[in-house]
Amino acid sequence: MSIVAVQLGQCGNQIGREVFNTICGDVRGTHGLCSKKENEAYHDACTERFFSEAESGVPIARAVLVDMEPKVISQTLSIAARSGHWKYDDQSHFCQKQGSGNNWANGYSVHGPRNKEVIMNLVQKEVEKCDRLSGFFTIMSMAGGTGSGLGAFVTQCLRDAFPTSFILNHVIWPYGTGEVIVQNYNSVLTLSHLYQSSDALLVHENDVIHKICAQLMHIKQISFRDVNQVIAHQLGSVFQPAHTAEAGLHYSRNPLGDLMETLVPHPEFKMLGLRNIPQMPENSLAFSSFSWPGLLKHLRQMLIANAKMEEGIDWQVQPPCPGNSISSSHSTNKLLHFNTSIANLVILRGKDTHSVDLGSFRDPSLYTSWLNPQDAFNAWKTPRAFNKYEKSASLVSNSQFLLKPLDSVVGKAWNMFASKAYLHQYTKFGIEEEDFLDSFTALEQVISSYTNL
Amino acid sequence: MTQSVVVQVGQCGNQVGCRFWDLALREHAAVNKKGIYDEALSSFFRNVDTRSAGDGPDIYKGKICSLKARALLIDMEEGVVNEILQGPLRDVFDSKQLITDVSGSGNNWAVGYKVYGCQYRENIVEKLRKTAEHCDCLQCFFIIHSMGGGTGSGLGTFVLNLLEDEFPEVYRFVTSVYPSGEDDVITSPYNSVLAMKELNEHADCVLPIENESLFDIVNKIHQMVNSGKLGSTVKPNSLVTSSAGITKTVQEKPFDAMNNIVANLLLNLTSSARFEGSLNMDLNEISMNLVPFPRLHYLVSSLTPLYTLADVNIPSRRLDQMFSDAFSRDHQLIQADPKHSLYLACALLVRGNVQVSDLRRNIERLKPSLHFVSWNQEGWKTSLCSVPPVGHSHSLLALANNTCVKPTFMELKDRFMKLYKKKAHLHHYLQVDGMEQGCFSEAISSLSDLIEEYNELDATKSGLRTAPSRLKIAV
Repeated sequence: MSIVAVQLGQCGNQIGREVFNTICGDVRGTHGLCSKKENEAYHDACTERFFSEAESGVPIARAVLVDMEPKVISQTLSIAARSGHWKYDDQSHFCQKQGSGNNWANGYSVHGPRNKEVIMNLVQKEVEKCDRLSGFFTIMSMAGGTGSGLGAFVTQCLRDAFPTSFILNHVIWPYGTGEVIVQNYNSVLTLSHLYQSSDALLVHENDVIHKICAQLMHIKQISFRDVNQVIAHQLGSVFQPAHTAEAGLHYSRNPLGDLMETLVPHPEFKMLGLRNIPQMPENSLAFSSFSWPGLLKHLRQMLIANAKMEEGIDWQVQPPCPGNSISSSHSTNKLLHFNTSIANLVILRGKDTHSVDLGSFRDPSLYTSWLNPQDAFNAWKTPRAFNKYEKSASLVSNSQFLLKPLDSVVGKAWNMFASKAYLHQYTKFGIEEEDFLDSFTALEQVISSYTNL
Repeated sequence: MTQSVVVQVGQCGNQVGCRFWDLALREHAAVNKKGIYDEALSSFFRNVDTRSAGDGPDIYKGKICSLKARALLIDMEEGVVNEILQGPLRDVFDSKQLITDVSGSGNNWAVGYKVYGCQYRENIVEKLRKTAEHCDCLQCFFIIHSMGGGTGSGLGTFVLNLLEDEFPEVYRFVTSVYPSGEDDVITSPYNSVLAMKELNEHADCVLPIENESLFDIVNKIHQMVNSGKLGSTVKPNSLVTSSAGITKTVQEKPFDAMNNIVANLLLNLTSSARFEGSLNMDLNEISMNLVPFPRLHYLVSSLTPLYTLADVNIPSRRLDQMFSDAFSRDHQLIQADPKHSLYLACALLVRGNVQVSDLRRNIERLKPSLHFVSWNQEGWKTSLCSVPPVGHSHSLLALANNTCVKPTFMELKDRFMKLYKKKAHLHHYLQVDGMEQGCFSEAISSLSDLIEEYNELDATKSGLRTAPSRLKIAV
């Protein structure tokens, strides 16, 4: 089954290009470390998922590019084509002349309705190229105007037009110290609207990725390109083909469906965080080797202690002991910042995955009480190594990972809202104070739900 | 890609405008090696086939034929505009883009606004419409004028008003040159305050500039270049004040260096909209992010670097120095000290080989020494454009919405009141048809209200403000 990507705004298009680049590079690479048969199956599954065939033989990404001003899309199309190994469909993009001005209301209430038909037609065309549609993967930032506002509108349209398909929104959380001054308003409006139409929100925080670039990848002068490449690697590690437990010897045919099934048991809890280890500069790869027990020990502690990467993990944090009464375990949790999970998915790629012991992730104390640990934890594996890493482990987690960032964004937005700053810019395009209040209420509800896990 | 139209009014406006067009051509010539008319060029220039007589149709693609500026030149006396039309830039302007008269406005806002405004209204509207029709997607009007005189101040603000009526959806950015304390025009306080009322009500964004600051910057550059303190020589073409462009004037006119600074300001402001980069910033984003309340739209600007040394490899310490300079008193284009006042919002427009990590590092470094309003503690808007300005490897334009404009306005009010109390020169204004005492009192009260709004914000600076309590959800 295929996934159609919708790249929205500058961020969405820049990241989307890196994602397809990484996936293509991985599939074509010779570091598969597995049998030829396995490699071929991987290659076929991946191609079906992300690319369509062309007469020229160059795979065409299953993607729709949307932006409200032309510079980024033309750059994206040309850089992709220049690689020679893949490209975008020349028709599959839409842009206007004047951007959204970092204004969510402009993206949602003006550009959205005005361009709905054209955009949905492009999506329909891409969908028709698929034999079977697994669902949609939208890439957008929360901070700007197009990705956020138009993105929220398009997600709603997708939900209306394709009620039975899965929609996964990949959302970029902006740097805490501002790329855009009204980013907190835009974020609050985006998240509250996406929550209604999307199946799950997979989040990447710029601050976190920036740290990974600095401390793990040792990049001195970090550019957005570097950040986007790390994000692309992490996304690739989730979406490249893998064997789920049920599918057995074949690669999973329904990646988005499987993801939702394992991770989103309840519609109130849709925020997914992503961790991937190991991460290191490419030229160190040949000199490093890891063991699965070591990697998984780190990954588990990253989950429990809400660490963003494999350096600086707080090993003091431990899950509460069973047998304590609920109230005291709650307070100790809060004291030690223990991260409670609803559901977790671990994806292992590379050498010796078949012999890995994942029992530590099935510990019931990691999870809320209302799900069976057997249901709460799932693992996907493939012997095929990913993107030149001999061993790579990813964790997609529906847990309190994003509670603090969410709380922080809502707090800052509320603070600004109380002084009524910038509101005239939104009311100009039809988003009124009541709309803001609705969004705040919706997100406070989400925060409350995650806090009380 | 969108287009912008420049409306230059009065002597100051036209002189600055002239420098702007010269530098714009130089910048595009440096980037556009193949001579193809591209989208970046189209934001400020039309491509016209001048061989056909009369109004040739615009050529949208292909080689550059003849570039015409998207501009309107307005002046009520002919001297300045004539000089432009006889100079090297004459081919850039269409004769149909000019509106001139003979006698000037006599440094009288009322004459500029009421008399010439009325007289030329139709003419101006028609020419504006024509210019707008040549645009695919008109996003912004840039008005350049001075506040102290008669034409730029009076007719300039009349045109501003007109633009709001005729083109309500198009942004209005105004670059206003404010008179200094020792201005030689005695009635400049009257003109400025009367013009301020119009700016308050009809402009989307105002970039105030003070001649004193420009003068100081020019002097500082001369001193640095001549004192030999710089080890190696200054890179040619890198002086922000140099007009070594298409106009190869050996003798630079006195105001040219100062006007070049303003021209560079406008170029850098629009660079991220014209050229590509990893984090673009369009013009509508400027007002969206920097104007939290409709009337507080006065932005303090600062440009760095002012010159580049000849050594090519700029270590990152130099880069950091650029950021520090942008917040120092010496680099502001008005006499103000933003560091010791309250920031409502701040934008950093970076050009050249600068990456997001450099931005982040410097924001983290500078943040502790700057005071931001309580509801916008992280109020930074950033943009990265990959094309550097001519002669530099990188540059930074900082735009701040900061209460440090308040002293400028208060001084203006004081100078106004000094004259007004004695009713000095008032009769020159009141004898103009349509002017009455009410205009003056309305204008001064508009200015006072604005100062009061800044006062209220300043008051929040020292007090500890508790964060408003969040919404409570029933569990």
